[in-house]
Amino acid sequence: MSDASKGPLIEFQGITKTYGQGQAAFQALRGVDLCIREGEFLAIMGPSGSGKSTAMNILGCLDTPSSGSFLFQGVHVENLDRNQRALLRRHYLGFVFQGFNLLARTSAQENVELPLLYRGEPPERRHQAAREALALVGLSGWEHHTPAELSGGQQQRVAIARAIVTQPLVLLADEPTGNLDSQRSHEIMELLARLNREQNITVLMVTHEPDMAVYTSRVVHFVDGLVASDNPQEGQAC
Amino acid sequence: MLMNAILLALREIRRNLMRSFLTILGIVIGVAAVITMVTLGNGATKMVSDQISSLGSNLLIMRPGQRLGPGRDEAGAPKFKVADAEAIRNQVGSLQAVAPVVGSSVTLVAGNNNWSSTVTGTTNSYFTTGNWTLGSGRKFSDEDEKVGRSVCVIGNTVRTKLYGQQNPLGASLRIKNFSCEVIGLLASKGQGAMGMDQDDVVVIPLLTAQRRLTGNQDVATLMISMQDGADSTRVMSQIRQLMRERRKLAENDDDNFNLMDTKQIAQTLSGTIGTMTSLLGAVAAVSLLVGGIGIMNIMLVSVTERTREIGIRLAIGALENEVLLQFLIEAVALSALGGLLGILLALVACLGLSALTQMPFIFDPGINLLAFAFSAAIGVLFGYMPARRAASLDPIEALRHE
Ligand SMILES: Nc1ncnc2c1ncn2[C@@H]1O[C@H](COP(=O)(O)OP(=O)(O)OP(=O)(O)O)[C@@H](O)[C@H]1O
Ligand SMILES: [Mg+2]
Repeated sequence: MSDASKGPLIEFQGITKTYGQGQAAFQALRGVDLCIREGEFLAIMGPSGSGKSTAMNILGCLDTPSSGSFLFQGVHVENLDRNQRALLRRHYLGFVFQGFNLLARTSAQENVELPLLYRGEPPERRHQAAREALALVGLSGWEHHTPAELSGGQQQRVAIARAIVTQPLVLLADEPTGNLDSQRSHEIMELLARLNREQNITVLMVTHEPDMAVYTSRVVHFVDGLVASDNPQEGQAC
Repeated sequence: MLMNAILLALREIRRNLMRSFLTILGIVIGVAAVITMVTLGNGATKMVSDQISSLGSNLLIMRPGQRLGPGRDEAGAPKFKVADAEAIRNQVGSLQAVAPVVGSSVTLVAGNNNWSSTVTGTTNSYFTTGNWTLGSGRKFSDEDEKVGRSVCVIGNTVRTKLYGQQNPLGASLRIKNFSCEVIGLLASKGQGAMGMDQDDVVVIPLLTAQRRLTGNQDVATLMISMQDGADSTRVMSQIRQLMRERRKLAENDDDNFNLMDTKQIAQTLSGTIGTMTSLLGAVAAVSLLVGGIGIMNIMLVSVTERTREIGIRLAIGALENEVLLQFLIEAVALSALGGLLGILLALVACLGLSALTQMPFIFDPGINLLAFAFSAAIGVLFGYMPARRAASLDPIEALRHE
């Protein structure tokens, strides 16, 4: 399990993000400090427009901050270029999006194999790992269904399988239950909590719903581009 | 990385079979058009040169009148006589044979069968100038030619039409109003180009033809064959000089006969056909280019349509180059596939058309290879821009795209 002496997994120090320039410039993040340890299950909450997605995109190395430093496993990554960030995502991160974002007309199996393909895994390993990941999210037997043949909850579980098939250090999810009814939402949350517990995957998620936040071990509130409240567990503060 | 990109590209093509097919239709038609044009052009060239070389090698043909072809002014020009043929034979060097020829269309009758054909009155030299070999029997004897005996040598078609499988040698053949004895059978030259049957001939001594068919001493045509390696320009100018003297033409009179070299005709005709072929090929190449633009268009649409998909790929760790390569390979694979289908279509079209026009079908690997390479190159050329655009998308923007 997590080892406090190893230092934090992710560290934000005074992260800002400004969109646009000059008159039209808008500061979506205004100096965020955040420290996340391995094995945490963290929910980011806050009103619309408070910068949650912006922070998520930077955490997920999809975007770069305007200023501040971002350390991933103690390494500065705020100034990495496009390709370096892609490699970081490929090797350490998994994504689950609000709109599922599966490849259409492509079987669940092939969707899940996609990240492994970019990692250059051999076909045997790919098939095996994808089957295992689908089994883990409870979709054994649905390998050859395309997204159009799956329910919303099932599609989101395929998306989670795709995110964890590479055994990432961090799973990032921006409103993963945003498109689901409450029954399916609870199923997804239970799945994420189980993955966090059993696979020791650090899970970072954005949610609007307090119901969903109860599954997590820590909730960070954003207001107007700043962290308004945070409840790091005992002994886990950086 | 390359293997992966190929795998992804092929998967993508298979996922959208109908769209893929429509995309490459332009290329298919372009490639097929180019190959068909060039192949048919080659066939036509071959047909013409075959046809002319089957007339005989190193052959000159001389006719009265100034020009050859439609509207020739043969009317006023004096005809040739046998003496002209002899004079040429004796006074011009490097010649192999000179055959005076008269011809007439007639109905042939043998037993209960009849057949319309052409009778050629000439000398034994004709067999040399026309590249004929005897299948069986004999040619004319000196006696036959001198006294104008009623003997004939027949071609294979005449033999089958009139005698079936029977041996025609010694049989009698009725030509118009006289009978002659079949003394020889020519070896078959086979079906000539353009459906012209070269074996549909009856050859009789010149004197016999003049007496029995034309009723005068004129000679319509002189067939002159030169020795191998003879300088045809020099031979022709010698013959021309000789004929001008014999016909008593003044210094500034035009020739009232014309002499032509079959090889030259062949070259001129092949040249013309070659020009036509290049022209048609160029038109077809334009259609290939249009096909390429079609591919670019569809690929651009597909980049827009698949923006989200590209976003997903980038988000889960695809490198810019990998996306670029995937789209590029998709375009190249599509256009190469189009090229292959085009080659197949051209093959079918060429076989069909050459059967229809009786032109020979000559498979030209060069043009097939060229058209294929060109279509693949079009894939690279027109696939690059859409691929570049796909690869440079911002993953966040792309994911948000609806
Ligand atoms: N690409 C962009 N260009 C300009 N402004 C942007 C851009 N992305 C986000 N913003 C602005 O930044 C602010 C924060 O946006 P963000 O998407 O992070 O909000 P959020 O907390 O995720 O909201 P929601 O709960 O509605 O998803 C918003 O005011 C938004 O208008
Ligand atoms: Mg958001």
